[in-house]
Amino acid sequence: MSASLRVSPANGAEWREATRLLAAGEATLVSLWGDDGRMRMAVRQASGALSFVEVACEDGSFPSVASVHAPADRLERAACDLFGFTARETADKRRWLDHGRWPLRHPLGQAVPHDGAPDAYPFLNAEGEGLHQIPVGPVHAGIIEPGHFRFHAGGESVVRLEERLGYVHKGVDRLMRGANLERGGVLAARVSGDSTVAYGVAFARAVEAALGIEAPPRAHGLRGLMAELERIANHFGDIGAVCNDAAFALMHAHCGILRERTLRTAKAAFGHRLMMDAVVPGGVAVDLTPEGAEAIRALVRHVRTTFPGLVQLYDNTASLQDRTVGTGVLNVDLARRFGAGGVVGRASGRDFDARRDCPYPPYDAFSFEVPIRRAGDVNARIWVRIEEVGESLSLIEAMLLRLAGGPVLATLASAGSACEGFALIETFRGEVFAHVRLANDGVVARCHLRDASWFQWPLLEAAIEGNIVADFPLCNKSFNCSYSGCDL
Amino acid sequence: MIVDLAFQLLQMTLVIAVAPLLTGLVRATKARLMRRRGPPLIQPYRDLIRLARKEAVVADGASWLFRFVPYLVFAATWVAAALVPTFATGLLFSWSADLIAIIALLGAARFFLALAGLDVGTSFGGLGSSREALFGALAEPAMIVIVFTLALVAGSTQLSTVAAYMVSSNVGLRVSLGMALVALIVVALAENGRIPVDNPATHLELTMVHEAMILEYSGRHLAVIELAAMLKLVLYVSLIVCVFVPWGLAIADASVADRLLGALLYLVKLALAGVALGVFESSIAKMRVFRVPDFVGAALMLGFLGALLLFVSRTLK
Repeated sequence: MSASLRVSPANGAEWREATRLLAAGEATLVSLWGDDGRMRMAVRQASGALSFVEVACEDGSFPSVASVHAPADRLERAACDLFGFTARETADKRRWLDHGRWPLRHPLGQAVPHDGAPDAYPFLNAEGEGLHQIPVGPVHAGIIEPGHFRFHAGGESVVRLEERLGYVHKGVDRLMRGANLERGGVLAARVSGDSTVAYGVAFARAVEAALGIEAPPRAHGLRGLMAELERIANHFGDIGAVCNDAAFALMHAHCGILRERTLRTAKAAFGHRLMMDAVVPGGVAVDLTPEGAEAIRALVRHVRTTFPGLVQLYDNTASLQDRTVGTGVLNVDLARRFGAGGVVGRASGRDFDARRDCPYPPYDAFSFEVPIRRAGDVNARIWVRIEEVGESLSLIEAMLLRLAGGPVLATLASAGSACEGFALIETFRGEVFAHVRLANDGVVARCHLRDASWFQWPLLEAAIEGNIVADFPLCNKSFNCSYSGCDL
Repeated sequence: MIVDLAFQLLQMTLVIAVAPLLTGLVRATKARLMRRRGPPLIQPYRDLIRLARKEAVVADGASWLFRFVPYLVFAATWVAAALVPTFATGLLFSWSADLIAIIALLGAARFFLALAGLDVGTSFGGLGSSREALFGALAEPAMIVIVFTLALVAGSTQLSTVAAYMVSSNVGLRVSLGMALVALIVVALAENGRIPVDNPATHLELTMVHEAMILEYSGRHLAVIELAAMLKLVLYVSLIVCVFVPWGLAIADASVADRLLGALLYLVKLALAGVALGVFESSIAKMRVFRVPDFVGAALMLGFLGALLLFVSRTLK
């Protein structure tokens, strides 16, 4: 879904009403972000409609959402770090993105120099006999993104896990300010490299909505193809990696082969393995040749012959099932309250997929199943991925069949005045929310990209509770949240 | 006497010389099954040389124990490995080749390694040591019960005697021996930190057992510990081979040619075991940590049952 939006005048009452709906569970938080002198919030109501509210931070403070609705906590703290606002009534006043190591405070608000001395960070405590802390990261033994995990454990059982992220902060929000549309697209495509296509689409659609233009039909079809290729490549990687964390390297090896084939097909069809920068505002930067289309068809045929065997291998390996079934259960109610998107939500019964529920082209022209499980364990998350691969293969075939002809890029005419647009686009992790505000001269005044992982990371903390420490990597990999996407 | 000494020395060098090769073979087998080309067989030798050349970084909080333990672990493991008849019995050290002595040596090595894991005070070392102690508390008694079963059959805990008895024709097919074999394989998997008990190839610090204990080691210390771990694998394979498939083993006073043939056969058996281990490890996932005591406990029960069956069958006779 994407649209341009009209900004309602700042009204504290609307903000409070939205907060009340969130706390009552009658609406789902889509995003919460700061802008010049105000805080903004997007919520999805029970009817499915998105609504936007904002509140002016006249004295630099605003009524906290996190104090009554936990999912807003980290978004709110991040916005405060960037803009220097304070959330009233909130219990959690710790900084989130800003570890104190930046040379300045509040880079997007009234910036003040800072000496770069790291802040102390008091982790939430757990007390009891025999409890001990296990600090893990941000530097890990394997080659993964950096993040700190603080476990409170009683022997092997986890009593509490708390995450601390922000180690791959790149200053995307600040870099976006004043960027032209081309540079903005390049930046958005690099927020989380594994979902570069989906981020590209999100930014492009938000810009197109703001400018009131629509990409040509062929561009929509190609965006859909790229997004589905990206989805299956990542799902192959994830399915294999989860099994590898249970020391079942065979699955990992074979899924690795499938992922590699997918990436090579992407390279052959769109000129880049990850299809980075292929999606641009106004359309796509590369067109698909008949040979490229044939390469994609060959990939689909290959996956259809080899993947079922791997699924069977997964299903029939009792020692592997023993590890995944019943491990890291995320309960259905929590997934709903946090509005967990993507595989994490769908494995815990949250029947939401932005491609179907907030339809945007080309998905509005296709019908597909959205696999749902209710068990919420590692096994359910693997199965949702497995079934999504099957749906994506059918989608790819259908999209190729109905790929329109014509141009792939529309010219972007500047609106000549300030305008705003947003988009809600499904990545392989869940939905990414993009909001773009353009200035008079057509450059980006503010761009906010909210990764699906913002609402999934806190749920990982809940899912691991009561499990054993040694099962954490398995649970973590089955969530596969983005570090980079949240650290911005 | 001189010949015996020569063969004893040959055997001691043999185990240490083939140890990295066996590990390399297991890795290569697994790599092939994953459809990877994998590193060359001699890669473990290169790794050891590389590590030995590197500077050893020692944690600030480490005591003398931390520096001392790698050599102690290595020495204990090497002595234990030298006591197992690989291709010939009746070696110079045979009088001391008591199974109980081997268990004691390995137990001592485990104890000190766990201490070293705790010594630096990091949480991973503690996690690894506590898991190692949990598994060891079951694996060691299981091993002792297995030894009892063997001793009851062969009439001795001396490995040379046991092996000589197994080669002879009066051993026959015994249920107890089958149970002891299964139990011994389980113990060997657990003691060597192989899948499904531990994953020697993991990079996940939270799931490690053996690797977590030695996470703080580097340079020559790490080289020595790695070599000790490789030796331990050879030791267990040799033990299983010499007790349960002793054919070709040169019995005391055999000719030099027989002994050489025995050595060749031994290497073949070692290679077969390495490939089998690689195949097994590829076909199974790692167990949940709390399942491992059940797994190793099964070995303990099998050992007990084996010994019990022997008693019962003798009493009924």
